[in-house]
Amino acid sequence: MKILFSKSHEWAAIEGKTARVGISDHAQKELGDLVFVNLPEVGAEVKAGEVLCDVESVKAVSDLYAPVSGKVVAVNDELEGAPELINRDAMKAWICEIEVSEVPSDLMDEEGYQKFIKG
Amino acid sequence: MAKRTALYETHVKHGGKIVEFAGYELPVQYEAGLMTEHMTVRKKVGIFDVSHMGEVVVKGKNAETALNAIVTNDIRGMYDGQVRYSLLPNDKGGAVDDILIYRINGECFLIVVNASNADKDAAWISSHLPKDVEFSNISDKVSQIALQGPLAEEVLRKILPEEFIPKKYYSFTKETSIRGMKCLVSRTGYTGESGFEIYCGNADAPKMFELLLEEGKEEGILPCGLGARDTLRLEAAMPLYGHELEEDIPINEVGLGFAIKMGKEDFIGKKALEAHTPEYVRVGAKVTGRGIVREHTDVYCGNEKVGIATSGTHAPLLGYPIAMLRIKKEYVDKPLEADVRGKRIALEIVDLPFYKKA
Repeated sequence: MKILFSKSHEWAAIEGKTARVGISDHAQKELGDLVFVNLPEVGAEVKAGEVLCDVESVKAVSDLYAPVSGKVVAVNDELEGAPELINRDAMKAWICEIEVSEVPSDLMDEEGYQKFIKG
Repeated sequence: MAKRTALYETHVKHGGKIVEFAGYELPVQYEAGLMTEHMTVRKKVGIFDVSHMGEVVVKGKNAETALNAIVTNDIRGMYDGQVRYSLLPNDKGGAVDDILIYRINGECFLIVVNASNADKDAAWISSHLPKDVEFSNISDKVSQIALQGPLAEEVLRKILPEEFIPKKYYSFTKETSIRGMKCLVSRTGYTGESGFEIYCGNADAPKMFELLLEEGKEEGILPCGLGARDTLRLEAAMPLYGHELEEDIPINEVGLGFAIKMGKEDFIGKKALEAHTPEYVRVGAKVTGRGIVREHTDVYCGNEKVGIATSGTHAPLLGYPIAMLRIKKEYVDKPLEADVRGKRIALEIVDLPFYKKA
C-alpha cells in the first residue's frame, strides 16, 4: 500500500485497484471542528482534481477534491454520525473508497507533501 | 489595511488564528478550537477581545432628548448606570445599526456600536444631533473585553470588590478600577450567558486580558474567538447587523418590538414604520434534514421562494444545525425547506431563542 497526497490536501491510500481517500491532518486543522460530512454517492464516477464531496465546519463549507480518478465503491457511513472522527485522526478517518482508473502524476508522497505544506 | 486592536500581540501569543473581520485583524479561534471555546462559555467562562466595537459619547443638557429622537427605544427614565438596547433607525424604517446606550448621567450617554458600522454611525449620529449636544468618537481609545459564562462573576469577584460588580443585567459601574486600571464594567454580553463587558484604555488592555486569564485558571477559563462569539449569539438568537438587520430591512419585521417604542413622540423612521405593515418575520428553524443551512440560503415552501436564512450554523451546545430565517409571515406554519447548493433540506420552525440559560 502506498499513501499519496494531493495539493488540495486529500490523501489516497492505494492498494491494488482500490484507493481509500481522506483529508490530511493539515487540512483538518485548517478546517477546524467538522460538523457535517456530505459523503459522495456510491457508484459515482469521479475525476482527479474535481469535486468529490463537501465537508462543513462550524464556520464554513469546503469542497473536497478527488485525488484519483475512478468510481466510488464505498463510503464511510460512520462519519455521518461522527464527523469529528476526521479531526481526531484524519489519516484513519477515510471518507470513501475509489476503484482507481487513473492516478495523477503530481501526487506527492508523505515527505513531499510535508515539504509542500511548509511552502 | 486592517486595523489591530491593542490586544493583537496577546492573541498571537496565545495561539489565536487571526482573520480579518469588520476591518480588524482578530482571532477567529484559539488552539482549543471553536467547539471547545463555545462549550467553555456555556459551562464555565470564556474571555473575548471585542475592542473592535465602536464607542461614542453624547453629552449636554439636551443629550437625552436629542438622543431619544434618533433611537427607537425610550431612554427617558433610565437610572445612572443603566444600559438599554436600541435600534438606530434610518428614515425608511430600516436599521443604521443596533446599539447599546449607557446612561452615565442624565446629560451624558455612552453608545456602543458595531465595528462594521462604527464610522457610518458616528457620521449619522453626529449629523442628527443639534449643535448644543456634544459628540465624540472614542472608539480608537477604548478597548473592550468580554468575560462570559456562568463562572464569570466568580472570576471577577477575585479582582473587583463586590460593591463594584453590577448586580442587574444591563447595568454598569462606571469609574471603577481593577488593579489600578481604570475601567467601566457592565453586566452585558452577546452569548446568552451571564457575564460582563469591561471597557478600559488601550494601554491597559493587554494587562487586563492576561489578568483575567490568570485569575480564571481555576474556573477553566479559555480565550475565545469570533467563531464562538457567532455560534453563541446565534444559539441565543441575538441579531447581528448585516444578517438579521440591514438598512433596507424594516425593523418592525425583525422581532425586536421590545426595543421599538412606537408610543413615544416622533423619532427618525417612525412615520415610515407606521406606514409599513410587516410582510416578513424573523423565526428560528431547526434543520431536520441533513446539512448545514447558512446565511443567504433560500427558503422554499414547495416551489415558492418565501424567504432566506439570515444566519445559520451547527449549534455546538444543541448538537444540531439551526438557522434564523426571514420569511413571509403567512408561511410560518407551512412546511419549509432550504435550498443548499441545489439540495432541499427540511426545516422545522422552533421558538426563539434556541438556547436559554437556566
